[in-house]
Amino acid sequence: MELQAAKMIGAGLACSALIGAGVGIGNIFGNYLSGAMRNPSAAPGQFTNLLIGFALAEATGLFGLLIALIILFG
Amino acid sequence: MHQFEINRLQKLEVFGWDASFTNSSVFMVLATLLIVGFLLYAMRARALVPTRLQSIAEITYEFIAKMVRDNVGPEGMKFFPFVFALFVFILVLNLLGMVPYSFTVTSHIIVTFALAAMVFTVVTLVGFARHGFGYLRLFLPDGVPIWLMPVIIPIELISYFIRPISHSVRLFANMMAGHTMLKVFAGFVVGIGGVGGVISLGGIAPLLFMVVFTGLEFLVAFLQALIFTVLTCIYLNDAINMHH
Repeated sequence: MELQAAKMIGAGLACSALIGAGVGIGNIFGNYLSGAMRNPSAAPGQFTNLLIGFALAEATGLFGLLIALIILFG
Repeated sequence: MHQFEINRLQKLEVFGWDASFTNSSVFMVLATLLIVGFLLYAMRARALVPTRLQSIAEITYEFIAKMVRDNVGPEGMKFFPFVFALFVFILVLNLLGMVPYSFTVTSHIIVTFALAAMVFTVVTLVGFARHGFGYLRLFLPDGVPIWLMPVIIPIELISYFIRPISHSVRLFANMMAGHTMLKVFAGFVVGIGGVGGVISLGGIAPLLFMVVFTGLEFLVAFLQALIFTVLTCIYLNDAINMHH
């Protein structure tokens, strides 16, 4: 296999880390929403925690994306 | 892609470093002028009953002030100018990038990494200035059994030093991916529309998607600026109050 083709495949595979990020972000926002529906008055106070969780979940996926970018352009 | 290309407008060298004035620099200067100009113009009357423009300026101020107060506490208000400048700068750069034919400064990782590295440096310096070597206790959460320490400390160290990377990549990846996606779908519209006959009508579907997605991109532009500043507040809170 040519090196260039292998690089492309590798970058594509590295992007699969974003599957986990998608599941995680959906989980966080879904649970926040269902919690907010049960107790709407407590929802605004937890908005920061929501964003922290969102940021952490996204960060793990972004590392995969970073690897993909390094493979492609590094 | 054409929209991400950096063009040198004025060649400039500082001590052998390439510090040319590029189209990226133009948009940073433009953003700064817009922010300063808007805030000065909106607040020129300083009326007790604000006009619409003055309300916008005051709401932005109150929004960030509340964020800093809630997340960092009253001590954090010393860092309010820093956080406010970060938020408004990133927000305006993101929004300027949404103007057709303009340049998105935040879609370049070196820009976001410089911002994140600045936050990281400030937070680390503040932590050591306030707590001395006690700041190192950040890497050792309370109530951890002694035999877990060899595991916990490296994890905490890594998660601390990975902060500037995840902080910067988040903003960069979101802005770049959004603009790339719009470009790809614009390619679909042209591609399907150029087939000819009835099939050309199929190009309407990606066009509608693009309209919706452009709206979503404005939301992302705001949300990413917000997340960047909220995380800055959380890191500052770690350094100032050391609740861990």
